Amino acid sequence: MAIDSDVLVVGGGLAAITSAIAAAREGADVRLLSHKASTLRQASGLIDALGYVPATEPAKPPREGPPTAGRELDRDEWPDPEGPLPDPYEAIDRLPVDHPYRVVGTDALREGLGLFDELTGDAYRGGHTDRNALVPSFGGSVKPTARYPAAAEAGLASDPRPTLIVGFRSLTEYDARAFAGRLEAAGVPFDVAGAEVEFAEAFRTDTKITRFAKALDHDEVIDGTPARKALAKAVGPHLHDVVDEKGGVDRVERVGFPAFLGDGAGDEVRAELADRLGADVFEIPMGPPSLPGLRLEDRLYDALDAEGVRFETGNPVVGIDAKSDGRIATVAVDRKGREVPYGADAFVLATGGLVGKGLDSDREGVSEPVFGLHVEQPADRYDWFVDDAFGDQPYARFGVRIGEDGRALDADGEAAYRNVFAAGGVVGGADAAREKSASGVSLATGIVAGRQAATEATQ
Amino acid sequence: MTGTGGGDRDGTGTPAPGVPEAGRDEQPSIFVPDDGTMPESTASADRGGRRVAGHAPAADRAATDGGVESAGSGTQSEGSATTSATGGSDSAELDPDAYDPVDVFPGGDLDLREGADSCYKCTSCDTSCPVAEVDEEFPGPKFQGPEQWRLKRKDDHDIDESITSCSNCMRCDDACPSSVPLSQMHNEARGQYVDEQMETLSREYVRNRILSNYRFFASIASKVPRLANAATKIPGAMTLGEKVLGIAGDREFPEFATQTFREWWTDRGGARIENSDKRVAYFHGCYSNYNTPEVGKAMVRVYEHFGYEVMVPPQKCSGTPMFANGMLTDARRHAETNVQNLIEAIGEGADVIASCTSCSLSLRQEYPELFDIHGIEDVSEHTFEALEYLRIHEDLEGELSGTEFADERAFAYHAPCHARNQGLSRQAVETFRDVDGVTMEDVGDSCSGISGTYGWKAEKYETSMEIGAEMFEHMEDAEGDVGMTECPTCAMQMEHGTGYEVEHPLQLLEETIA
Repeated sequence: MAIDSDVLVVGGGLAAITSAIAAAREGADVRLLSHKASTLRQASGLIDALGYVPATEPAKPPREGPPTAGRELDRDEWPDPEGPLPDPYEAIDRLPVDHPYRVVGTDALREGLGLFDELTGDAYRGGHTDRNALVPSFGGSVKPTARYPAAAEAGLASDPRPTLIVGFRSLTEYDARAFAGRLEAAGVPFDVAGAEVEFAEAFRTDTKITRFAKALDHDEVIDGTPARKALAKAVGPHLHDVVDEKGGVDRVERVGFPAFLGDGAGDEVRAELADRLGADVFEIPMGPPSLPGLRLEDRLYDALDAEGVRFETGNPVVGIDAKSDGRIATVAVDRKGREVPYGADAFVLATGGLVGKGLDSDREGVSEPVFGLHVEQPADRYDWFVDDAFGDQPYARFGVRIGEDGRALDADGEAAYRNVFAAGGVVGGADAAREKSASGVSLATGIVAGRQAATEATQ
Repeated sequence: MTGTGGGDRDGTGTPAPGVPEAGRDEQPSIFVPDDGTMPESTASADRGGRRVAGHAPAADRAATDGGVESAGSGTQSEGSATTSATGGSDSAELDPDAYDPVDVFPGGDLDLREGADSCYKCTSCDTSCPVAEVDEEFPGPKFQGPEQWRLKRKDDHDIDESITSCSNCMRCDDACPSSVPLSQMHNEARGQYVDEQMETLSREYVRNRILSNYRFFASIASKVPRLANAATKIPGAMTLGEKVLGIAGDREFPEFATQTFREWWTDRGGARIENSDKRVAYFHGCYSNYNTPEVGKAMVRVYEHFGYEVMVPPQKCSGTPMFANGMLTDARRHAETNVQNLIEAIGEGADVIASCTSCSLSLRQEYPELFDIHGIEDVSEHTFEALEYLRIHEDLEGELSGTEFADERAFAYHAPCHARNQGLSRQAVETFRDVDGVTMEDVGDSCSGISGTYGWKAEKYETSMEIGAEMFEHMEDAEGDVGMTECPTCAMQMEHGTGYEVEHPLQLLEETIA
């Protein structure tokens, strides 16, 4: 006997959650299956839509000759991408014709972001405008992004107020002074300085960021001082570190911290620090381990619960169990060694791309392991990439191709199965890393796939 | 998994320590006690079987791997239950030469290289670790797992003592996007630490041995339950326990039932339903037997309601507390009995059902990861948690829709970490969603903090309560003032932290359908 639902979503990230909620809102009984804890917890928590339009043609025609000999020839050269874009919607027409945005349409992106705004409420900002915000991100770069956590709001790069970036010696991957230097080099319109302060020293060197967050959440007493007070005290002496063009000394008006200012009580922690410092406080989104990602995960899974979606984490979908008449009837779920069939009237595949393991590759080729869907790719492995690391890498656009209704397509461009839809990173055609479009693609394709799957299932 | 490297290894003798000859796929990981206490039958399967099996004619290999292969393509389907198991009534004698060859690392080391290599240091495991969140002295699962494993390959480093602070909640397994077998690595490291570095006369060792062998002491106490219950309430008894043994004095010792589940089962005359098509073997575990037989009784009544024949095979501890304390030799001894009895039930067409999510996880995951006992894979594949099994095989939704409680009942449900790892963290909430008059509120994904025996240790008590604080808070915020969970020790912690009474979902299910 199979475990049945109207719509079964395979995956646990942004695209999976979006399509599950979109389907549930169409009245479908939805189940979401995620192999592992959501990859949202490794994401920065920033929601980008389209930050750049990268060139798809090299500056001059690509080199000729057999692949191995290519090493001896001139490297191909690629123009810089267009951007950062002020308006993501406006640039969609300049993307390749088989880009997911071109396939599902601009409205899908707009509606996907609208749904995200609704689900995240006051925890996210940016919904008031179509325009991209410039958010300083981990490492000192500035990222064009459509939505950002409220905790990052005071840090926007378009804001002219003088800024202090705080770092800690024990957080080795996060160098506040280098960060400030890079922001300056990027030409931000404000004066900025970085400072390393004593606070984390009260903890062991390899203390996890969750520990810092917990200590601040509960305002634990660290060496005799409550954690929030101790942190403010450590930062205090550096509030005048910023030197402006004329050599004068400003008191900074905002202070940026690595994103560990509390978990559950983050708003409270920021407010208290701001109060003690007399300056706005913001968080700088980090790579994994990422608290903004964890917070987003919590919020979106609560939303799944509220929408009546059933979800299950811990067991992988390993393949098709049964099909008939061009439809998938059941998939096989590996429950600790025993395969159990899960049935649905429609399926949404949202397992991620090459990094997320929604696509698999070996020397022979690239494949999609759950449904065995077609992945468009050059036959010759040497055509998977170009020499310039920052060029238009063909492999970056590998993935399952979908129709405008989100259905997964076969090699001939026809629906592979009547009832299989795909969304997010597993969908090909976007170069999400260079475009800064990963979240937007998940939201746009997710809302389309979810709605269409619900329609297919409830027909 | 046959043959690979087998012939070569026989030719070249034992490999250099720590240098695996084949990847994890080819070499099942196993724990073998160093002291040669491995039972004869298994030993010959390991060492002798490997040589012979490669040359054995196909027909002789029919029983390989507990008969899984002989069942052919049918092994994954439901109907295979009767064919896939050996050790059934008609094949009690097994030919050790016909088993799959398994490679044994000298000194019992597991080959975890592929697992270590799969780690790309994203630290998702560290972020999910409930201990690291409250205790900065704990270096986290990434260090305890892949990093320490690699260190050990290079030199014969000691296992870092901090491994004893890992509570074996196994949340890191669920968090790892790369399927690194973190808890397996932790189990091995802990086993090594206890075997090689822990003083067996130390108070800590004695205490841990006692805690992990709960079954032994519970079996004595339950002979005189009233006396045992009274003894734990003697003023100063727990203080004495703390002083002498390092058992947390603030804990209330669980009550022993005046009649164990097995006594009740015998009095009742065993199964009331015979059904050769629908059979389950109940792995009640120690706690349902000695302390909360009402959970076991609910299991029996619910399964009989759905027409199942319930078998209650002889059994020992699942090993969960032993794994968590690095007592792998004890765990293996118990596992041998369990596997032997369960494989017999499987041979008679039964699937194995546990009502404790740690027992089911142990049988499903830790057993095949750590031991190479004959039939252990078969036990793993046939084991399910009680509610999970009904949701797969019965129309539970149909059965429950339309049911109604006259009095509104609200529960604060906590999903045990070990349920999470089996994909079961939401099943109770979803099962009772459609029952009118029942509110089942998920109190969030925090760990209860007790982690079996962990919170019973005096030096871990504070950590345990700090981890649990979030759950206590959420329970108190929840509408219901009755707790619910599948795990007996989580239940102790929930009760300890909030004073709530705590039920098992099977008890509510029994009430609902009865």
